[in-house]
This record gives sequence, C-alpha cells and structure tokens, in this order.
Amino acid sequence: MSHMAHKDYDGAKLGMWLFLFTELLLFGGLFLLYGVYLKRYPQEFAAGGTQLNWLMGTANTAILLTSSLLVAMAVTAVQRDERRRAAGLIGGTILCAAGFMVIKYFEWSAKIGHGIYPGSVHLKAGSPGESVFFSLYYLTTGIHGLHVLIGGALLGWIALKVNVGAVHAGDFVLLENGALYWHLVDLIWIFIFPLYYLVL
Amino acid sequence: MSEQHHIVSYRKLTCIWLALLALTALTVGITRVELGGWKVLAALTIACLKAGLVIAVFMHMKYEGRLLRWLLFLTLMTLAIFIGFTFFDVLYR
Repeated sequence: MSHMAHKDYDGAKLGMWLFLFTELLLFGGLFLLYGVYLKRYPQEFAAGGTQLNWLMGTANTAILLTSSLLVAMAVTAVQRDERRRAAGLIGGTILCAAGFMVIKYFEWSAKIGHGIYPGSVHLKAGSPGESVFFSLYYLTTGIHGLHVLIGGALLGWIALKVNVGAVHAGDFVLLENGALYWHLVDLIWIFIFPLYYLVL
Repeated sequence: MSEQHHIVSYRKLTCIWLALLALTALTVGITRVELGGWKVLAALTIACLKAGLVIAVFMHMKYEGRLLRWLLFLTLMTLAIFIGFTFFDVLYR
C-alpha cells in the first residue's frame, strides 16, 4: 500500500496552469513594450514591419495551429487508450515544431544577411525607432522560438513515455501538461503574427 | 474534484482547427486592405477570438472547474490592467 504512488491530478494541472499564467505575463510585458514603442515610432515600426515576410509568418501560423490540433488529438487518443496513435500524433507535433524552426531559420538568416540584427552597423547608423523595432522583433520571436525548442523536446520525452506505456488512459497528466505548454506556444504566436507581420 | 475527465472528440478538435485556419485567412485578408487604424483593432479582435478557441477547446478550459476559470480571469484582468493603465499615460501624454 505504501508503494502506491500518490497522484494528484488536479494539483498537477493547477501547477501547470499557474506556470502558464506567469508565461502570459512575461509575453504580456513584451507586447506592452511593442505597443508603447509603436506609439512613439509609428513610421519606423511600419517601415520595419513591411520588411518582414508575411507569407513565412502565415505559413508558420498554419504550422503551429496544426501542431496544436495534433497534440490535442494525442490527449484524446491517450484518454481512449489508443497509445500507438497518440505517439504518432505527438511525433507529428514535433515535426511541425521542426518545420516552424526551419522557416524561422530562413527568416532570421535573411535579416541577418541584410545586416539587420541587434547592435549591427546598419541599425546603429539608422534611426532609433528602427533599432527598437528589430530589437523587440528578435527578443520576442527569440524567446518564443526558445519555447518551441523546449516544447518540442518535452513532447519528445513524453512520446517515449507514451510508447513504453508509462503514460496511459489511467495516468496521462504528463501528456496533458505537455500539451498545455505546447498550446501556450501557439497562443503567443497568435498575437505575435498579426502584430509583427500584418498590421504595420 | 472528481476523477472524471472530459474527452474531446477528434471531430470537434478538427472543426476548431478549421475555424482557426479560416480566422487566420480572414486576418491576412483584412490587413492586406488599407483600413488605417481599424486594421489593428480588427486583427487583434480576431486574434483574441482565436486565443479563446484554443484556450476553451484545445486547452480544455471549457471543461474545467471554477478554480482554473477564476485564475485565468484573474491573470487576464492583471494583463488588461497593466497594459490598459500604461496606455492611459502613453496615449494622452
């Protein structure tokens, strides 16, 4: 009896949500900076925003939405005890994460190739507004990209757990929390995409 | 606090995904047209709608108890206050 591990499903999920709330406040702070500086440098932000590739942004939005669907389906699959399907769906999510990062790599390397990166000669010579725009762009998409990498790694580990049967219909809070983290990554992108790629 | 977990069907998840893609297409369409300041408002309204769908269905918030819902509300109010109050200052300076 003493070997029965105590599982607190509600407590585990509450803990995850509390963490996600702090993440919302973190990105909220970055969006606040965006808003304040947009008010101060409207022309420079408009000029900066039009240099971003909205087609790549749209592709990444579709990829992240799809990845969110797949991981949500994986939770359903585990609840229905369809373990193989669940592992496959998580694999699909990780593929989407990789696709997102590949597109991000092309976007960033194109910008860096044009001499646009924090502290670059080009930005130092230009207006402060342009410099602020690209600093915020790199900071926000950079922290977001880091979350994509962490989320992908986390889901990879969870997929292994699903495969060996450590996560199953009777005990799936690990997958559910991993999925919650992944949805947060999607949620943040839902706001980054219009603010940086579309409205400027 | 029961051990009953709601299972969201594949069908429902797929419908939400299609709605999210449609809303994305709508945002892109709207912002390609010259609407001035309105396009910021329109794009953010759609983004909030998309976020609502993700939180409610993908993140199962629709099926959660009162505690998590209130905590979510509290977080969003905190965000709204610190962003909103900053703009009272910034916009009317």
